[in-house]
Amino acid sequence: MQQPNSQPCAANMLRETASQTAGPYVHIGLALDIAGLPPRGEEIWNRLASPEADGEAIELVGRVIDGNGDLVRDALLEAWQADAHGNYQYEFDLRAPFNSFGRTATTAEHDGEWCFHTVKPGQVACRDGRLMAPHVTLAIFARGINIQLHTRLYFDDEVDANAACPVLNAVESPTRRRTLIATREEGKDKPRYRFDIRLQGEGETVFFDF
Amino acid sequence: MPSNDNKRFVERDRNWHPPAYAPGYKTSVARSPNQAYVSMQVPSVSELGGPDFSRLRMGLHDNDLLLNYREDPARAGQAGLPIGERIIMFGRVVDQFGKPVPNTLVEMWQANAGGRYRHKKDGYLAPLDPNFGGVGRCLSDGEGWYRFRTVKPGPYPWPNDINSWRPAHIHVSVMGPSISTRLITQMYFEGDPLIPLCPIVQTLRDPEAVETMTGRLDMARSRSMDCLAYRFDLVVRGELQTYFENQG
Repeated sequence: MQQPNSQPCAANMLRETASQTAGPYVHIGLALDIAGLPPRGEEIWNRLASPEADGEAIELVGRVIDGNGDLVRDALLEAWQADAHGNYQYEFDLRAPFNSFGRTATTAEHDGEWCFHTVKPGQVACRDGRLMAPHVTLAIFARGINIQLHTRLYFDDEVDANAACPVLNAVESPTRRRTLIATREEGKDKPRYRFDIRLQGEGETVFFDF
Repeated sequence: MPSNDNKRFVERDRNWHPPAYAPGYKTSVARSPNQAYVSMQVPSVSELGGPDFSRLRMGLHDNDLLLNYREDPARAGQAGLPIGERIIMFGRVVDQFGKPVPNTLVEMWQANAGGRYRHKKDGYLAPLDPNFGGVGRCLSDGEGWYRFRTVKPGPYPWPNDINSWRPAHIHVSVMGPSISTRLITQMYFEGDPLIPLCPIVQTLRDPEAVETMTGRLDMARSRSMDCLAYRFDLVVRGELQTYFENQG
C-alpha cells in the first residue's frame, strides 16, 4: 500500500517516517504544565505509582548533561518499567495503582533535575529465560537530539543481579556499564536513586539500539 | 495484551534517520554521543512492549485546536476563534508492511499562525493569539486513522545560522505498538520553499526521507467555505513474528 508521503524500500516495505528533534518547545505538546498551559482532564506525567501500588516506593531523579558539562534544561524523558512483580502493565490507566509508563522533563527550575515517583521494578526475564536485573528503560528527547536516545537505569543495591544481567554484560566496557547504575540516597519521604545522564564525553552514558 | 515473546520489529535504519551528530544543526554538536550505541541483538520484553492508551480519558476537543484553548476556565467568556489558515491535518498510522496501527496515541504541538509558541520560553516578537494554545492529541481509530483541526503554523526565526528560519511545521509524536516504534517527527507543508534551507531538515541525508515528513494538500478532504486539509501518514517500524529462534 503506497501512502501519499511514504517511501518504499527493499521488499516493498515502507520506509519508517524519519525522526526529527522534539525541539525547544516539546513541553507544549507533552508536558503542558511546564510550558505554562492549562492541564487537560488527564495528563501522562511522572507519577507511575500511587501509594496503593505494590512494592517499594522510590523516587528516581537526575540531570541531563551535555558534552560541555552544562545542564540540559529542556529535555523530555519517558520511562517504561515493570511493576514490583516484574510484570509490565500495558494498559495505561490513571485509575490503576501502577502504570508502567511515565514522562518527566528538565527545566530551568530545580537545578535542571527530572523526577519520577514510582516503585522499584521486579526482575524480568530475557527471551532465553535468564533474568535481567531490575531496570527502567528511559528515552531522552530534546532540542539538539535528532532521534531519541535509549538507555536503562539500574540500581546500585542490586549488585548480584546487575553482575548477572545479560544486557548489562552486553556492554563490552565494564567502565561504561557503571554509567547505567543509579545511586541510592536518602530521600524526603522515600528512598531516592540518582541517575545523571551524560550525553557526550567523559562518563558518557551508554545508549542502546534495539 | 498479547504476549510479546515472539514479536520483533524491523531494524531501524539509522542512515535513513538523522544522525545524532549533524553539525549544521548546532545544538546537536554538544548533545550527540561520541560512543557507539550498544546494540541489543535480541530485544527483550522490555523493548518489545509499550503502553496502550485506549483508557486515557480525552477531552471532547483534545484534537481540535480551533476550540480547545478556549476551554481554559481562566478564559471563560472571552472565547473566540484563532486567527490563521483553518486546516484539517489527518492521516493514517501504518507499519512498514502497510498494516494499520489502531488505537495508538498521536500527539502534536505547534506555533500559531505568526510562528509564536505559547511557551514561557518563546520570546519571539510575533504576538500570541489569545484563542490559540497549540496542542492536540487523539487516538488513531480501528483502521489507524487520526485527525486534528487547527490553523497552519507560521515559520519562525531561530538562532542557528545568522538568518535561519524554520519552515512551517507541526511536531508529531506517535507511540505505535511498542517503545521500539516510538517516534517524534515534524510535519512540513508541501511546497514550502523554506524546507530545503532548514538546518534541521538537512540533518537528513536522503531527500526521500524528507518526503516522509511532508504533508500533502488533500482537496478531497477539504471542506468548502470552511477549511483546507493536509494528509500526513505516519509509518512506524514493521512488526514481525520470530520463527526458528533458539533452536540450536
